[in-house]
Amino acid sequence: MNRRKLEENIFKALMAVSLGLVFLALAGIVLIVLVKGLSSLSWSMIFETPKGGYYLGGEGGIANAIVGSLYLVAGATLLALMVSLPVALALQKEYLGKKFADVTRLMLDILWGTPSIVYGAFGFVIMVWLGLRASLLGGIIVLTLLMIPIMTRAMDEAVRLVPFELKEMAYAMGTTRYETTLAVVLRQAFPGICTGIILAIGRGIGDAASILFTAGYTDEIPRSLFDPVASLPLAVFFQSGTPVPEVQARAYTAALILLFIVLVINIVARLLGWRFSKNIVR
Amino acid sequence: MSRIEISQLSVSFGRNQVLKNISLSIPDRQIICIIGPSGCGKTTLLKSLNRLLDLNEDVSVTGDVRVDGLSIYENRVDVTALRKKVGFLPQRPYPLPMSIYDNVAFGPRIHGLDGSNALTQTQGGRGAEKGKVSRKDKDRVVEHYLTLAGLWDEVKDRLHEPAAKLSIGQQQRLALARVLSIEPEVILADEATSALDPISARLVENQFRLLKKDYTIILVTHILRQARRLGDYIVFLYMGDLIEHKPAAEFFGEPEDEKTKAYVNGDIS
Repeated sequence: MNRRKLEENIFKALMAVSLGLVFLALAGIVLIVLVKGLSSLSWSMIFETPKGGYYLGGEGGIANAIVGSLYLVAGATLLALMVSLPVALALQKEYLGKKFADVTRLMLDILWGTPSIVYGAFGFVIMVWLGLRASLLGGIIVLTLLMIPIMTRAMDEAVRLVPFELKEMAYAMGTTRYETTLAVVLRQAFPGICTGIILAIGRGIGDAASILFTAGYTDEIPRSLFDPVASLPLAVFFQSGTPVPEVQARAYTAALILLFIVLVINIVARLLGWRFSKNIVR
Repeated sequence: MSRIEISQLSVSFGRNQVLKNISLSIPDRQIICIIGPSGCGKTTLLKSLNRLLDLNEDVSVTGDVRVDGLSIYENRVDVTALRKKVGFLPQRPYPLPMSIYDNVAFGPRIHGLDGSNALTQTQGGRGAEKGKVSRKDKDRVVEHYLTLAGLWDEVKDRLHEPAAKLSIGQQQRLALARVLSIEPEVILADEATSALDPISARLVENQFRLLKKDYTIILVTHILRQARRLGDYIVFLYMGDLIEHKPAAEFFGEPEDEKTKAYVNGDIS
């Protein structure tokens, strides 16, 4: 075999191995969570809040954490979307100019790479300053900050993929920037925008460190924005730290539920993106 | 009467000067072909006429372009109104990401056109009421422009399908319908047939011939035979210089410049 064919085969093999590793990682995570968590999965786990003695293996469930996580992520996604979409659209060169946009992108990338515990600490300082205690509102604010860079940059990439010729076509018809953005860019980038939202939700719903100080933890389902709120990542964290084996198994159940929620959100968003992408120009 | 008057127009991208001191008046209601070898500035000249060049970075334009007596590079010029008057047909016909119907209805909507022009042409005088466009009138406007672009018969049964599903030849005629729908007076066409198969190209050329009685059509082409077939007036550019421009018969019959002769004979391309 000559050298070029050999190279070709080596790289093929490397790619196959990498792909295999990715699959194995995913399969491993799902498998372990299923095996360890499925035994404790029950209706009461999903629909009940912890009763007395729950953390020693007693009755109850983690409805507080499920509802809490959904509240947190719904609020944060909504707020982040209100900031991210306009920013991502404004990063087009017609609005901000290339230089300013590139500086903004750099800052967003740094924020994206900032560890979430730093967001948590930062949020905590702000909350102390505002006189807020650990609460749903605090958690939502910090999660929003965590999600904005991810959402914005992912949307920005989708917006940048809109062919220049397509925009030129619209401008050539005498559209304003606003009309071009709404009628052309937003439609064309819609699936990518959905992906951006999913990415941010995925990061937000699974993050424990940022809401550790800011959202707190409680066995109750919060009744106002100022009540502390439980969350699934923290349910995993606290329960896996107990010495009781049954409670440790429940940590995996919480992880299983978290995984399931992320999966459902993913599928719904994909379907939505697909439903509204039939007009897209390829 | 001449609508477009170009005087001493120079265009540079960064340090690269693409057009050098072009002066030209463009005759009305004819097909004007801009010809010349690749990279000679044909498209740049075309895009300078409705300020599409503005979308490029570090482009600098000096000199003057007047459309109906108005200097279009002055700051106070309403670019959207200019581009409505001087429509543009690109080389690759990107459809807007919407249905076939909406592709044609979009232009009239953003420019607040009630379609009375289109409707008077199709229905002998009965225009839409000012400022009120009914669904029926909109349907008629869409039909009118698709017919004008020679596409109606092929798409009338699937108006609400995505425009992206059309063949590229159909997409180009859809682009033509879209340009016509904003009721321009001048149509700039940038190698509008080069991405098309010969049959689609012929269809588009035929539409141009029909349209020239009402519109000034400025067509960039690198196909000499197309310029011979279609052109009433020929503008020859070479490396950013305007070499020669005159009515087609004279241009091809008795070219003056050596470069023109060489190009027309096929010695340079």
